[in-house]
Amino acid sequence: MINLTANIAGVHFKNPIVMASGTFGFGREYGKLYDVSMLGGISGKGLTLNAKAGNPGVRVYETASGMLNSVGLENPGVEGFLAKELPYWETLDTARIVNLGGNTLHDYVLGAELIQRDAEARSLAGTTAVDMIELNISCPNVKEGGIAFGVKTPAAQEVVRAVRAATKLPLAVKLSPNAEDIAEMAEMCQEEGADAVSLINTISGMKIDVRRRRSVFNNLYAGLSGPAIKPVALRMVHQVAKRVSIPVIGMGGITSATDIIEFIMAGATVIQVGTYNFMNLRAGSTLVEELQQFMLAENISSLDEIRGIV
Amino acid sequence: MATVITNERLADGVYHLRVEGNYGGEMGQFYMLRAWGAYPLLSRPLSIHQVNDDGVEFLYHVVGEGTEIFAGLTPGDNIDLEGPFGNGFPEVEGKVALVGGGIGIAPLYYCAQKLPGSDIYLGFSREAFRTEAFRPLAAELTVNVGGLILDSVDFTSYDHIFVCGPHPMLKAAQLKGFAAETAGKKPGVYLSLENRMACGIGACLVCSVSCRDGQRKACADGPVFLAEEVLFHD
Repeated sequence: MINLTANIAGVHFKNPIVMASGTFGFGREYGKLYDVSMLGGISGKGLTLNAKAGNPGVRVYETASGMLNSVGLENPGVEGFLAKELPYWETLDTARIVNLGGNTLHDYVLGAELIQRDAEARSLAGTTAVDMIELNISCPNVKEGGIAFGVKTPAAQEVVRAVRAATKLPLAVKLSPNAEDIAEMAEMCQEEGADAVSLINTISGMKIDVRRRRSVFNNLYAGLSGPAIKPVALRMVHQVAKRVSIPVIGMGGITSATDIIEFIMAGATVIQVGTYNFMNLRAGSTLVEELQQFMLAENISSLDEIRGIV
Repeated sequence: MATVITNERLADGVYHLRVEGNYGGEMGQFYMLRAWGAYPLLSRPLSIHQVNDDGVEFLYHVVGEGTEIFAGLTPGDNIDLEGPFGNGFPEVEGKVALVGGGIGIAPLYYCAQKLPGSDIYLGFSREAFRTEAFRPLAAELTVNVGGLILDSVDFTSYDHIFVCGPHPMLKAAQLKGFAAETAGKKPGVYLSLENRMACGIGACLVCSVSCRDGQRKACADGPVFLAEEVLFHD
């Protein structure tokens, strides 16, 4: 019997495969194609306190083995999410993670407080719909806030501390590969009471339309994801996992069971799948099956056997 | 995995792909197709040209790496299809005009089959293609090469007008719809939008469309929108 389970701050993951924020909506669309409750977890579309329309112009551009995106956090806002998406999340048997972004410190705190209040009310009623908050301090595609918080440790520290005080829910902090020192950033998150760190977010990149002599993106730069960033992500997960004792949620270009195993060997507790959801709309169910087969073939009975062995 | 029946070149860079299998789909819906492994990363959305017992058909224009690979497909080759996706053209009654520009004629063939007796207007910038297939399905067929096909359409003479074509054509169709309303006849003008998309099912928000009631998704709320709902920013 293969044991695929993992645990982060009391949150149970039936397998290590979590769908990454921004690539999975709130699970509803993929839920029409396969049973998303078979997944370890879902990190919902990045939320901001107030609804956002996102960026105008081109929002995605393919690159060699990757993709640049400039969606700009289009989302229904925290209250829109609580009203429209949570009833669906209540029906799911998987770890449900709210990804929370913000433009200002105030936004992050108010957003976290709203989610906390909803969780408390549900807890009194004997239900749950959110299992964890993933704090996004690393979106490269919003002008204010976003990545500005994710680059310098002192700025990030202020946000993590304030949000930690605003919610009792398990808290993961999603780190930017553009951080000045990602391991130092992760240590800070641990010191401030984060229950996990997740990494990496997209890498800031660019594409120029040579005929029009301008960037293809209105915002000039965009976030690179997909297999192109996997080696960088793996190295950073390895580096961070060696430095912190809290769980690491690893992501960046995962498209196969062996990719997952690499991240677990680098020290990740669970992993997230992002861009692969676009390459294969049934990525989640494909990977769960592939991972089981791989572990069976390699005689690995539990992920704990191999976690962090490199 | 599906099998290619034929992949016929119709004009410069324009192909007609027929895929074997049991497929469904309504007028204006689309499939996400890929005929490669990991790269290019994204599947390509192609609107349904026709669905019948033999399979599903698409018309496409070679514009980039993905469609370039499609152009190289030969009978017996494998291709992946996911769909049908999206909200297509509505089932309507009354006098209908189908107006297509260039590769925008692709979804209108299925409409013409479902709405026999429609007037069909097909416009092309350089070279006409597939027009003879439309002829038996049309009450009247108008073909224009090198001009503006919309100039031939009197928006006040129809109850419903389905339009698919390049962005400026859609914008012009919206304006003609507004002008018709001012003239006392309000046709239901429906536009099929072509936006970049990553997932095709409404999760990635890459294909957002600005509408009067806020942001909507070309893939899941569209690709067909009532013209008056869409806000054209450029």
